[in-house]
Amino acid sequence: MSFSKLTRRGLIKTGAAASAGLALPTYLRADGHTGFTNAPTGDTVTLGFNVPQSGPYADEGADELRAFELAVEHLNGGGDGGMLQTFSSKALDGTGILGKKVNFVTGDTQTKSDAARASAKSMIEKDGAVMISGGSSSGVAVAVQALCQEAGIIFMAGLTHANDTTGKDKRANGFRHFFNSYMSGAALAPVLANAYGKDRKAYHLTADYNWGYTTEEAVRSSTEAMGWETVNAVKTPLTQTDFSAYIAPVLQSGADVLVLNHYGGNMVNSLTNAVQFGLRDKEVNGKKFEIVVPLYSELMARGAGANIKGILGSQNWDWKLEDQLGSRYSGTNAFVQSFGTKFGFPPSQAAHTCYVQTLLYADAVTRAGSFNPCAVVEALAGFEFDGLGNGPTLYRADDHQCFKDVVVVKGKENPENSFDLVEIVEVTPAEQVTYAPDHPQFAGGSLGTCNPGA
Amino acid sequence: MFGLDKKDAGLLLIVAILALAAPFILNPFPEGSAMAQFNAGYPDLMQRLVIFGIFAIGFNILFGLTGYLSFGHAAFLGVGSYAAIWMMKLLTMNVIPAIIVSVMIAGLFSLLVGWISLRRSGIYFSILTLAFAQMSYALAYSVLTPITGGETGLQPKYTDPRILDGALPDGQMPRANLFGLDMKDGFELVMGNWVFTFNAGYYIAAVVMLLSFYISIRIFRSPFGMMLRAVKSNQQRMNYTGLNTKPYTLAAFVISGMYAGLAGGLLVAMDTQVGAERMFWTASGEVVLMTILGGAGTLIGPVLGAGFIKYMENIVSKINKTVLEQWFAFMPDGIEDVMVALVYPFVGKGWHLTLGLLFMLVVIFLPGGLVEGGQRIGNLFRSKKAKDTSPDGSKTPAE
Repeated sequence: MSFSKLTRRGLIKTGAAASAGLALPTYLRADGHTGFTNAPTGDTVTLGFNVPQSGPYADEGADELRAFELAVEHLNGGGDGGMLQTFSSKALDGTGILGKKVNFVTGDTQTKSDAARASAKSMIEKDGAVMISGGSSSGVAVAVQALCQEAGIIFMAGLTHANDTTGKDKRANGFRHFFNSYMSGAALAPVLANAYGKDRKAYHLTADYNWGYTTEEAVRSSTEAMGWETVNAVKTPLTQTDFSAYIAPVLQSGADVLVLNHYGGNMVNSLTNAVQFGLRDKEVNGKKFEIVVPLYSELMARGAGANIKGILGSQNWDWKLEDQLGSRYSGTNAFVQSFGTKFGFPPSQAAHTCYVQTLLYADAVTRAGSFNPCAVVEALAGFEFDGLGNGPTLYRADDHQCFKDVVVVKGKENPENSFDLVEIVEVTPAEQVTYAPDHPQFAGGSLGTCNPGA
Repeated sequence: MFGLDKKDAGLLLIVAILALAAPFILNPFPEGSAMAQFNAGYPDLMQRLVIFGIFAIGFNILFGLTGYLSFGHAAFLGVGSYAAIWMMKLLTMNVIPAIIVSVMIAGLFSLLVGWISLRRSGIYFSILTLAFAQMSYALAYSVLTPITGGETGLQPKYTDPRILDGALPDGQMPRANLFGLDMKDGFELVMGNWVFTFNAGYYIAAVVMLLSFYISIRIFRSPFGMMLRAVKSNQQRMNYTGLNTKPYTLAAFVISGMYAGLAGGLLVAMDTQVGAERMFWTASGEVVLMTILGGAGTLIGPVLGAGFIKYMENIVSKINKTVLEQWFAFMPDGIEDVMVALVYPFVGKGWHLTLGLLFMLVVIFLPGGLVEGGQRIGNLFRSKKAKDTSPDGSKTPAE
């Protein structure tokens, strides 16, 4: 309804004339005689990449988009093939997916669930996308995942860390490669106990939304299980930029560890405030005061600058993994190599997970021999693979969550360049972060059955 | 016809034809052609066009008639949405109860907000409504997470009670319907290279929009509407004559709040998901833009404005670098790069920039909005003096 009135009237007239002329060869068709939504018909297949291009996570979004571009290039046989060389499944041969050339459309989620749904819907309804991937926040991931379930499309989640995505809001058509809050907590707890001792008093500052809640819960329960005490947990508004008022009471509380359940700009600001208040030079209860950031990323480390030095956190993947820890993490170097050649700097973990998700989808389609979402779900559920940078990985059938090693990192003391801000402390093996599908932190959801749409 | 004079009936008829033929009108370009990028005839966008049309029509009853500029109307849309989704979760996936309850709840909420905010006028009123809207947003986003789902929002789940509906087949997701007619049902009409999509949800929304439009015409033409215009032109004089204007402004406020609630309920009926962002202040600002861009105080203006902005948001924002490169591929390399570099800032994520420029142009050169533009073009073609009463109900659209 965007044309001026006159044009519209003109259009009706021409439209009426045209439909009269075309009336003979007309036929009606209901959606999807092919059996599933958006079955690719020509010699191309369209994937939809829905990432934040504006708003607080635009940096991550831009990096994800680069990774998608690279993945499509590799699927179509361009470039050096990246992880296709190292991937344990050899179904992909660089001729697109099932012989169809891969096209993609992009959209802007604006990190808002409404905008993300609108953008994903236009990809499905207008562009005929058969798979949607991307997203840089859990709210968006949950919203788009539910949409894909309804529409009969596969959703390959990008960066989403909250437990809910594969917990109470899991869906049969949705898959998450990225790790989650529970895994962060489980991986960090033993490292924290080693580094700071088992007799610590923790104070949580938590971003006041779903991801913050699940992360706080996860870190709390795993640290309390090994003897820490939680003194207090305070929620901070997501839009807060100055955390001084929240930092001041920390010292009076008698706590000797501050846990910042913050992400992105929030974390950069709260950490900077905490360091400015001199928390890290204080001694409380005869112990040195420490700060912990459960979810880490290179991009955040860059924002926080020198303040990040020595601070512990967890990551899904790091570009130095294979160099430092050997060939268990093969695929890492192949990906960093082709990403670096194309864009001139190493990829972030957001880029890595998006790249891997695209390959995993393409591989599942190829192995299933069909784009039908139900066939893809069957091929991906319970799929074990290797060579995609995280070591041996399982896509668990019960909740469509990937189980793999978690990287515990800390801010590097003497970084050599602006891409080398994070140092790998240790890698927590997958067994230690695996949980039962009905774990209380994930309870209350059901996958349902796959929906092919149509 | 329906108690309307000839001109208004004609206008209603035009809007009806446009709404019903929208799948044709919005898909003028054949599939696969380079221009198919500009097609807007897919269900989701068509639904949004009419739903935000309803939102803007309602806003116009307050702003266009009384001149009270509310900066918090998105709150009513959000409250309506939450009410609708809870009806779907608790009662039934049928959209009728959801929509009715969303209108009622939004009406009650706007009664409360209006009763407080209308104690002041002008900028103070705007700020009060803005404060209420931001409060509602903050409540929905974090404080009331158990009711609103916080950042994640709410969706119908398999495990919801839905006391009026029978049990779902195992593993099936609940879908919004109208007595069994799924909102996503529809068919495609293929004519040569053209594909036109007809969608049940869209036509339900379009019929509701026509009803809302009709009611809005009746309000504009009623003595009540006249009283509201009087408030706009000189409220002080009204007060001096001993007339209490508050009941009138409050009624207008509640009616427009109910329109917003209706839009919110319909949004949920078409796409069963609510997120708190739809109550953010930018969403409130958007409806102000829609109304002014289309022509505040005119009948059809807000609908045009809503359509214009939603089209920009959904179509222009999707033109990315790859698409631009395809467009300019016929040019020599150097020039192609220059053209891409020149156009790129205005499309894709830069669509706000284009919208802002267009908004400035409209406000500076067409203070009456798109409607005034249409009138000027119409007058050129008729090549005679404009009649005193324009088809849109007011001679000089209010700014």
